[in-house]
Amino acid sequence: MTTATTTARARGRRRSAGPLFVAPFMVLFLLLFLAPLGYAGYLSLFQERLIGGTAFVGFDNYVQALGDSQFLHGVGRVALFFVIQVPLMLLLALLFALALDSGLLRLARVIRLGIFVPYAVPSVVATLMWGYLYGPDFGPFAQLSRKLSLPVPDFLSDSWMLGSLANIVTWEFVGYNMIILYAALRTIPHELYEAASMDGAGAWRTAWSIKLPALRPAILLTLLFSVIGSFQLFNEPSLLMKIAPDVISSSYTANLYAYSLAFTGQQVNYAATVSFLLGLVIVIASYAVLLTANRRRTP
Amino acid sequence: MRTFSSTSTSLPVPSPMSRRLFLTATGALSLGAALTACGGGDSGGSSAATKPVSQADIDKAMKTPTELTFWTWVPNIDKEVALFEKKYPAIKIKVVNAGQGTPQYTKLRTALKAGSGAPDMVQIEYQAIPTFTITNSLLDLRPYGASALKGQFVDWTWGQVSGSDGEVWAIPQDTGPMGMLYRQDIFDKHGIDVPKTWDEFAAAARKLHKADPDVYLTNLAANQVAAWHGLLWQAGAKPYVTSGKSDISISVDDAVSRKLGEFWGGLAKEGVIGVEPDFTDAWYAALNKGKYATWITAAWGPVFLSGSAKATAGKWRAAPLPQWDTAKPSSGNWGGSTTAVIRSTKNPIAAAQFAQFLNSDPASAKMFATEQFFFPATKSLLTDADFVGDAPTFYGGQKVNQVFADISSTVNASFQWPPFLDQAATDWTETVGKSLADKTDTVRALGTWQTRLTTYAKNQGFTVKGS
Repeated sequence: MTTATTTARARGRRRSAGPLFVAPFMVLFLLLFLAPLGYAGYLSLFQERLIGGTAFVGFDNYVQALGDSQFLHGVGRVALFFVIQVPLMLLLALLFALALDSGLLRLARVIRLGIFVPYAVPSVVATLMWGYLYGPDFGPFAQLSRKLSLPVPDFLSDSWMLGSLANIVTWEFVGYNMIILYAALRTIPHELYEAASMDGAGAWRTAWSIKLPALRPAILLTLLFSVIGSFQLFNEPSLLMKIAPDVISSSYTANLYAYSLAFTGQQVNYAATVSFLLGLVIVIASYAVLLTANRRRTP
Repeated sequence: MRTFSSTSTSLPVPSPMSRRLFLTATGALSLGAALTACGGGDSGGSSAATKPVSQADIDKAMKTPTELTFWTWVPNIDKEVALFEKKYPAIKIKVVNAGQGTPQYTKLRTALKAGSGAPDMVQIEYQAIPTFTITNSLLDLRPYGASALKGQFVDWTWGQVSGSDGEVWAIPQDTGPMGMLYRQDIFDKHGIDVPKTWDEFAAAARKLHKADPDVYLTNLAANQVAAWHGLLWQAGAKPYVTSGKSDISISVDDAVSRKLGEFWGGLAKEGVIGVEPDFTDAWYAALNKGKYATWITAAWGPVFLSGSAKATAGKWRAAPLPQWDTAKPSSGNWGGSTTAVIRSTKNPIAAAQFAQFLNSDPASAKMFATEQFFFPATKSLLTDADFVGDAPTFYGGQKVNQVFADISSTVNASFQWPPFLDQAATDWTETVGKSLADKTDTVRALGTWQTRLTTYAKNQGFTVKGS
């Protein structure tokens, strides 16, 4: 009888231990994630005006946002950015990771550090630096092309801007993604390589048939981070706005639009709506990425 | 990509904003309680009640130990503050730099909404005053003796701080009547006379650029709405006229505006002036290297330029703006700021006395001119022999302050700002500014600006008159 109660008590203790362990996380999650989210959702149902105060408007803000060309263009622009910049960046990161892992590079540590260092530079500093490099009058690229009597590239013009931004973001985050992929490569058991070489596989074949499949989860992870990062693009355009105000408008990206709605237009409620919809877009995009990746795994 | 950086998280809402708002929501509740608890402490409850505070009350307040918080971005303002603290040893002023201009206003607005953390006094630019009076955030200073100061200040500066019912929302500190700084050497080299009218200015722009394709007569920054507003002001425009609390007429697309749009849009399209954004690295470099022969600026410009374009010392001179009508010389204002008192202050008397002392006490006001090189708002300083007699070598010994002091007397006193200036500025940059930069139809862009502003104002509940 006594043994029965002790095991029951132990089971009870074990049962209460679980919630206790997750409690710190749940509290923070509730306070810092769900509560602000709920509050933003609540805000998005109202309209506060400079004259007349606050009124409940139901889903009017959402209806307005879905027909708001500034918002839709902003989302469209970051979607385009995602489609072009992310594959390029991840491909570069993958190439660097494979090259480093191959052990064929000299000075591998120096190169690894060199590629990673831009990530350690705050994105604000990086953008200011690139902004100077892009300068059409006194930037080094402009000066060089003038010296060589070549046409001066206008990095800050309407047609180049998205590419210029993509370049900054790639420069900043290629090293970060490379480290994730490189770390994943280091976890592949050596026996697999031995077996492959016994079967007569060369370096390329090993990369294609062993390394790449093993990297799939890590690539998926970097891809998901990139979805979120792309759709929330804010720092870089917000800083370049100062030197190219005619190209980067206050609604250039959806996040920038939400910010200027809240702080320039004092339309906090509508800003909350736009943020909420942007969040929804990110959820859908992330889910779509996951879904396509999983479908490929199980044909 | 940015998941681990501090600026954004995986939250689908911009987290700094929503988090702050969330925290402030709880703060707002306690504020409500606090307000009811100490209701009546604020004697300026409604703007209609303007019963003056008695001298005895003022004397008593100034002898009661008090700490006041003052948000300002003015460098070394401790020196002026020390003068006040010396006269009123019971009052301690805590000076906080919360950013210059817009960043400070953003923080202020957040603190006001939160109901806690707002300062007692703030530095505020003329154009931002209506943005804060529409939300009832500023204290009318009339009951505290501010009306008596009217005569000391240049008329138009007093107009800028006055409300539509005669309230005094702030005390002027410094000003920026607009003028033109020009490169004497470049003008001499190409035989250009200082343009007296805008027509002469346009002719000079064409002539100069033709003579030297690397040089432009001026740069009208496509991101600088303040300069555009100043030029509108000079041309006699009344883009924003508010009456009562909720009526506004917006006319940024009227005949005067179109005249301006045709003029500047035309020069930009011809490519004889620059339109690059100002206060950027490239712009500083351009001024140092003589890409622009003039800078259309304000009275704070001369000191600013002598610090930022050292390579060109001795080559610059100052002149009034070219005129639309030489018979009636006029100018606008760009920049300058004031001291205002936040309505929620617990010590309105001491705070109001501080705002008044800081800017009207002769020693303190003069110190702003000599220490911070501010361009004064008081009549006495604009005729002060030391001040107007200053002849800096950067301007070849020209009495630059005298030039701008004369300009200050030509600034129109009835120009008004909209209660949503930030929105007006953003919309300008994306319509008119963009048309200048892209060399498209500026007059048409004025129409778009008008439409966007009207829509915004209506959405915000204003009754909008005008086109």
